[in-house]
Amino acid sequence: MLGALIIVFREVIEAGLVIGIVLAVTRGARGSRAYVFGGVAAGALGAGVVALFADALSQAVAGRGQELFNAGVLAVAVVMLATHNIWMARHGRAAVSGEKSFFALAVVVAVAVLREGSEVALFLYGILASGETAADLFTGGLAGLALGAGLSALTYFGLVTIPARHLFAVTTAMITLLAAGLAAQCAGFLQQAWIVTALSQTVWDTSGVLPDSSIFGRVLHTLIGYVDQPTALQLVAYVTTLAGIVIATRLATPRPAVANVHAAAE
Amino acid sequence: MKSSRILLVAAALAAGVGAAVAADETSLEISIKDHRFSTAELHAPADKPITIVVKNLDSTPEEFESKALKIEKVVAGNAEITVRLRPLKPGRYHFVGEYHEATAKGELVVE
Ligand SMILES: [Cu+2]
Repeated sequence: MLGALIIVFREVIEAGLVIGIVLAVTRGARGSRAYVFGGVAAGALGAGVVALFADALSQAVAGRGQELFNAGVLAVAVVMLATHNIWMARHGRAAVSGEKSFFALAVVVAVAVLREGSEVALFLYGILASGETAADLFTGGLAGLALGAGLSALTYFGLVTIPARHLFAVTTAMITLLAAGLAAQCAGFLQQAWIVTALSQTVWDTSGVLPDSSIFGRVLHTLIGYVDQPTALQLVAYVTTLAGIVIATRLATPRPAVANVHAAAE
Repeated sequence: MKSSRILLVAAALAAGVGAAVAADETSLEISIKDHRFSTAELHAPADKPITIVVKNLDSTPEEFESKALKIEKVVAGNAEITVRLRPLKPGRYHFVGEYHEATAKGELVVE
């Protein structure tokens, strides 16, 4: 049972952290909850569909379907996170009520739930189908899901203790790092499918010190994109995305005079 | 602007798929039965791309996972997947079936 709990929790960590961060980002914004939980629901529904068609998906594109699907949804999430940050920089915190910005974040949540959820759905389905000691494993799996939900809550309540004037800066930084980490993962899937074969050498190996399959490693993996054996391409994708979003955000930030108006309005 | 970006990515992907059809690769096969790998030890030459077809003969899904090989791929019940590996240095690379880690263990020996 503990094994099932750990497997499911490990899968759910990423989605849990993303949901917690997005809830904190949109805190107090009217109408935002519908988008966030709509994203969770859409992701869960999508996860069920993906799990049902897992076989067809992996046979697609000469056996590259899974990798391409993962790379594709990750790319969508990166674009959405970048869009959100640039949008927020341009409109200031007043834009927290912007529906376009909510939609981008809802997509990010949906993608996180979709990706992690499809593996969880398959795993739980496997337990149900196998019959043997199913009840115990199933309980463990559900407990893992509950822990994931708890992690979302913990992330949210942890973040909202940050004073409001800092919260904006903190969440902007977190979303930028999140996007960079997802871009690196996306690059990893493209390499796994041999779509990209360049820059495949491993840059460092810290798997002995902090394996990214451990719980703490997973948390760092999601929050800052930590990978214990990154390839050169992953590093390039990470740095490029990070720099790209930072520069685009700077360019989108209104000039000081305008910014002061926003500050006064707070 | 957005649609042109998507087009660019699609074009890059298409070009990449074409270029990635590698010649001179080692093809291996392994199957899963009763949550165990049938050949728990695979052998392959170094410095050559490798493909492994993983056949799942169980009715339950499994996740073929290897930290060392950077592979994490789900294989549905009674189905198969293709795992592609870049040219590897000599060594022993462990892999597991993540959903049944206690029994599903294997190793790829590159020499
Ligand atoms: Cu915002």
